[in-house]
This record gives sequence, structure tokens and C-alpha cells, in this order.
Amino acid sequence: MAKIPVTFTHNGTDRAAFADPGQNLLEFLRRGLGDLSPKYGCGQGACGACTVTIDGQTQLACLVLAETVQGRDVRTAAGLADGATLDPLQEAFMDHFAAQCGYCTPGMLVSARALLDTNPTPTREEVIEAISGNLCRCTGYEPIIEAILSVAGRRATA
Amino acid sequence: MTEVQTYPTIDEAARAMARGAAYMGGGTIVMREVNAGTAAPVLVRTDDPTLRQLRAQGDTVSLGAGVTMAQILAEPQLDFLHPVARRVGGPQVRNMGTVGGNLFAAHPYGDFAVALLALGARVQLAGTSGARPVEDVLRDRARQVGLVAAIEVPRPRHGSFGFTKVSRVKPKGVSILSIAVLAPQTGGTLRGVRVALGGMGSGPLRSAAVERALDGQRLDRTTLEKAQSVASDGLQPPTDALASAWYRSEVVGVHLRRLLQSMESS
Repeated sequence: MAKIPVTFTHNGTDRAAFADPGQNLLEFLRRGLGDLSPKYGCGQGACGACTVTIDGQTQLACLVLAETVQGRDVRTAAGLADGATLDPLQEAFMDHFAAQCGYCTPGMLVSARALLDTNPTPTREEVIEAISGNLCRCTGYEPIIEAILSVAGRRATA
Repeated sequence: MTEVQTYPTIDEAARAMARGAAYMGGGTIVMREVNAGTAAPVLVRTDDPTLRQLRAQGDTVSLGAGVTMAQILAEPQLDFLHPVARRVGGPQVRNMGTVGGNLFAAHPYGDFAVALLALGARVQLAGTSGARPVEDVLRDRARQVGLVAAIEVPRPRHGSFGFTKVSRVKPKGVSILSIAVLAPQTGGTLRGVRVALGGMGSGPLRSAAVERALDGQRLDRTTLEKAQSVASDGLQPPTDALASAWYRSEVVGVHLRRLLQSMESS
């Protein structure tokens, strides 16, 4: 079957690539574009490791048909840092030991960034709700919640 | 390999639905099958903008089949549906999952459909005039009944609608069971009660026993006890990895009673 040309924005850069029929966005990003930041966890929409934003909304890349991002704005954890300068969220994850094995971390960062972009000063409950679609089997979530809240606090007092 | 056919309108997509094809909406059901290698060989989809339309004013609200849970949560006029939409999936799934797709989501998903059943929603199929009761679509959902274009939901009188989803993991967890109650009162007496249950049978169903126990009564202690005691009457809930049939039968009445009490005090 013929490959499908897809043009879209990937972390702020215009990209054109070919998707296979029925290919999901996660495979398309990882194999087609070499962006290995979204992770393959369950392939069933349960774990959130593949979380990306499409036009600003968090979605699960493993459940998105790659060809449907035509003309849209896709952002992944790989686009958070500006060169060697990390996003404050990434710094906070390090400072608070919010990553252990690290597999959930890119998805957590994307969900947290999406929250802070729409709600710069979330409550603890709002943080928990925002990452409720992202499973972490290492940390028990507390360090992740603290990391996100620390960035919210910094922004609020800055 | 999967072939994907995309059509500009829902009517064209409906005509293209041949034997063995599957319709893909938000992707949260069908893409799982694609990833598992068990999907239909042909997927039909459409970019029809009418599917994302939402009319929230008036006595009957209209939801395009492609309206997402997140869209519902962003619309203040649909506040009666917010407690239901909020309990579907996590944030990512709510940005993707649609009201039309929820009608076809098998247990332990599909709790929005339970609410639609209690509310007496009607389903508009593509290429047909008029709307069918949501009961019909839920009953026939294993067969191809056509493509859902929109869902019409009668707005409940303030405080007359309640919903609860029982899950073991919070805030995001799959459903052990769910309960939706429409219980309008006239002069303190319940009239036109509709009670829908999820996870208590092969799909969302109405509880005739509970409706009989509530209809024409006042929502007092005696009525609450009666409703609780008959909540699992005539039902054969499933046993699965989440809970046994016995457990579901034991707790459904307790959760029903708590829901009714919370509606009474609100």
C-alpha cells in the first residue's frame, strides 16, 4: 500500500515525512523522525508514556493515526529544552528526584507542561488530575507532584 | 496491513462502510486493535466538521458524535454532564475519546453511555431522518446499525440527575460498575424515574426493579432501603479481573443508595 505524505510541525519545526497506512503517531515519530522521547509502554492508551501535545492538547501518540496530524502542531518532551538550556520543569524533576527508571518521565513532562501552560498556578489536586493519565511504577508520584508544584510556585512568585 | 479510508462527510463515510470495515472516531478503541494486530482490514473515518459541533442551549442539547469529553467539560452549559465526562479516562483520553465512541466502548469502559441511557438520549444516525432511543443502539451495538452522527440529550431539571462510577484507582481508574439516575420530583414525589447501570450485565442496562421502587414515591428512608434491596434483582453481572459477580451484586445497592442520598441533599 502506498505511503502517505504528512506535513506538520514537530517541536516548532516544519517537517514532511511518509507514514505507513495504519501507522500510529508514536511509531511515526520514533522510527520516521528519530524523536525517541515519547515512549512505547502499553500500546493500549493506559500508561501515558507516549503522551505528546497536538495543537496544545495532550494526546496518546500510540492511539493517534499518524496521517491525521497533517497540518497540525505536534510537541514532544524532546522539544522542551532550548539547546542545553532545560525547561524549568526538567530542572525541577532533577532537583526533586522525580525520575527513577525514567520511562514515564517524557510523558509526565508533556502532561505537566500542558497543565502549566493553561494553568500556571495549579493546586495540588489539579496537578494530580493532570498527571492521572501517566503511570509511574517507581516514584510513588510524590516527587513528581512536588517537582511540578515547585515550578508552579516559582512562576507564581516570580 | 490496515487500509484507512478518509471521507469528507459522514454520509459518504456511512456509504463506504462495507462488510468487515470498522469506523474510527477518536481512536481510543480502534487504534488499540490496530496496535494489537486485531483491527478490521479497512478503517473508515471522516473529517466532517459537523461531528464536532455541540449545541448546548435549550431543553435538548445536541452533541455531534465526534464531540470529545474535553469539549463537554469546556462548555459551562453542559454542567450536568461534567461529573460524567470527568470520570472518563485520564486527561489524554478525554481529549480524544468521543461521545459517539463511548456508545460502543465495552466494559470496563463506556460509562458515558450509562448516563445517556438514564437521561433518555436519542441517537441520530447518518443518512436517516429522525432519532432512535439510545436503548436501541446500545442493544444492537454488536451489529452494524449505521454511523452515529449526533446524540440529542434532554436537559434534566436541576438536581434531578446523578451519576457515580465505582473504581478502585483514583482519580483515573476503570469502572467496576457505574450508576446513573434521572429522578425528577413533582411536589416531593418521584415521577418518570430512569435508572441505568454499567458493569452489571453485558452492556449498559436499565434497572426496572429500581425504577419501580422509586417511581411515585417520596425519597425517604423506606424508599431508599427498598431501592437498595432490589438493586441487583434480575441482573447477572460479570465476573472479571476487577470484581466478582457476587461483589458487584453486593455493592451496587449501597452505591445506589449513597447516590440517591447525595442527590436528595444537593
